[in-house]
Amino acid sequence: MYSYTEFDTAFVAERNRQFRQQVKRRISGALTEDEFKPLRLMNGLYLQLHAYMLRVAIPYGTLNGAQMDQLALLAEKWDKGYGHFTTRQNIQYNWPELRDVPDMLDALAEVGMHAIQTSGNTIRNVTADHFAGAAADEVADPRPVAELLRQWSTDHPEFQFLPRKFKIAVTGAENDRAVIKAHDIGIQVVEHDGEIGYRVLVGGGLGRTPMIGKELAPFVPQEDLLPYVEAVVSVWNLLGRRDNKYKARIKITVHEHGIDEIRERVASRFAETKAAFNGADLALFDEIAAQFAPPAFRNAPTEAFDTAYEADPVFRAWADSNLTAHKAGGYAIAQISLKAHGETPGDATAEQMRVMADLARRFGHDELRITHEQNVVLPHVHKSDLPQIHKILKAHGLATANIGMISDIIACPGMDYCALATARSIPIAQEIATRFDELKIENEIGELKIKISGCINACGHHHVGHIGILGLDRAGVENYQITLGGDATETASLGERTGPGFPAEEVVPAIERIVGAYMDHREGPEESFLQTYRRLGMAPFKLALYGEDTGKRSRAA
Amino acid sequence: MPKAFTPKVVTANALLEGDVIYLASDDRWVRRLDEAEIITDEAIAQLRLLDAQARASEAVGVYLADMAPTEDGPQPTHFREEFRATGPSNYHHGKQAAG
Repeated sequence: MYSYTEFDTAFVAERNRQFRQQVKRRISGALTEDEFKPLRLMNGLYLQLHAYMLRVAIPYGTLNGAQMDQLALLAEKWDKGYGHFTTRQNIQYNWPELRDVPDMLDALAEVGMHAIQTSGNTIRNVTADHFAGAAADEVADPRPVAELLRQWSTDHPEFQFLPRKFKIAVTGAENDRAVIKAHDIGIQVVEHDGEIGYRVLVGGGLGRTPMIGKELAPFVPQEDLLPYVEAVVSVWNLLGRRDNKYKARIKITVHEHGIDEIRERVASRFAETKAAFNGADLALFDEIAAQFAPPAFRNAPTEAFDTAYEADPVFRAWADSNLTAHKAGGYAIAQISLKAHGETPGDATAEQMRVMADLARRFGHDELRITHEQNVVLPHVHKSDLPQIHKILKAHGLATANIGMISDIIACPGMDYCALATARSIPIAQEIATRFDELKIENEIGELKIKISGCINACGHHHVGHIGILGLDRAGVENYQITLGGDATETASLGERTGPGFPAEEVVPAIERIVGAYMDHREGPEESFLQTYRRLGMAPFKLALYGEDTGKRSRAA
Repeated sequence: MPKAFTPKVVTANALLEGDVIYLASDDRWVRRLDEAEIITDEAIAQLRLLDAQARASEAVGVYLADMAPTEDGPQPTHFREEFRATGPSNYHHGKQAAG
């Protein structure tokens, strides 16, 4: 894992010192809110519906035990005992008070963390595949590139007043777990003839105008990556629509100018940016990459796992849904679900954070990951330790066996917290999860991803949910639109609206009807919801949802 | 005919704590909606708003929120104001916990 250099430490300390003074001046009245707002946003501090909210960066979703412990401390000391993990692999605190925030930032700095560039029109926290460095299918660990991009983008003088926010995601595998096609820039580590390079996508994004990213370059060599990305941001910085906030993101720029024109402009700007890079970035990359060397994996028998798997059905169910193949023999990637049925998706208490930190230290080479699906990962665990890990997780409400299933729901904070929201998300997620837990058919349904946003800004990724739910305000009443067929992976697609929306109390029955139609029409348990939808299209689901204009709901033979 | 004026309260977030506050008739910022001043005259509402906005070291994002006057005090006409007056629905936090 990357650890701070003296430069990083000094940089964060200086920013925190400045912000402490800015808060002081705001409280004394020397700064107006209009003057203070951009300063607090630069440091991740929002004002939400009921309170301030501090968004802390977890770069590329990677953290160690000490950092997780410190997040627990913040939750306990300055918040209400919990934190909320987000779809950008960050953590949000929902209840800090203004005068405490400088102390919170200082506490974060003690463990090499900060809240810089988690808000505002800057290049935001760079996200990555949460299985980075562990996945069996990866070409190379994407995190060194993500860290390089983080250092390059932090306080980059050319990019402090961008037309709008800018989000970059990196994956090291063909299987995209970082939603790179829904980012302003998506980067995929690729290998051609033994050489590592980067496939660069541009212009993806969700929000009010969802777009799937387009390929800008199939292979950018290592030595060109930073100048190339700089050229992309630079072209957009000039072309981006500052006249209209809703047309300012690069997806609109790409849409309006066309990918070919953008590619030409980037190529010509690249000639300039490339000349300004002197190779220091390559030396830096090597230094960073060395810090992401894999841990010393042990070679040990896995009988303990096999025995528990045979003997304990609860462990077996958890292992089946929450484990993923690791690149090292005898190891597994274990996901810790923050989606206990009926609880708030992505929330963890201080106690749970400490349990996860402790597990990472004892069994997981001191590494944890946050997924964009709002779960936590122990990326490197030896299989023989899994029964014990599971036992500890179970004792702390962390052993829910539902990864990738219908109750593993992404939900934005919605109108329970967010000042931008038009409806609530969390209660809808809680009700769906509770209902399908009661029905005991989650396993039978198999892989099905529901994603819920409480407004068109789409923090809950509803456009790319197999089932997407969007909460809106319809004449003063919460109303939910449903989309089907979205996909957040390498086969990304945007969901299609089923038709008129549903009031809050009718959402769960609507989801049940959709699931019922899927179960009726699928060719077998091996055909996932998304596959069935792609084979049959909207018609059978529409019929199940709205009934009867075109005939009775038919049962597949 | 001009549209009837919907009664209002002046509301904001407190600068220090961030929590939802309302303006009372004696110019205090109060935490409880039932203690807020309900304003039924448009011109007065605008004046109260301007006065409140001038108190920048106490309140952030001051605005007028629609309310229905009842015997129990102002009642929100929109669910957003209802949530602001109560707190989040997933935890017993915020106003509802403060009692």
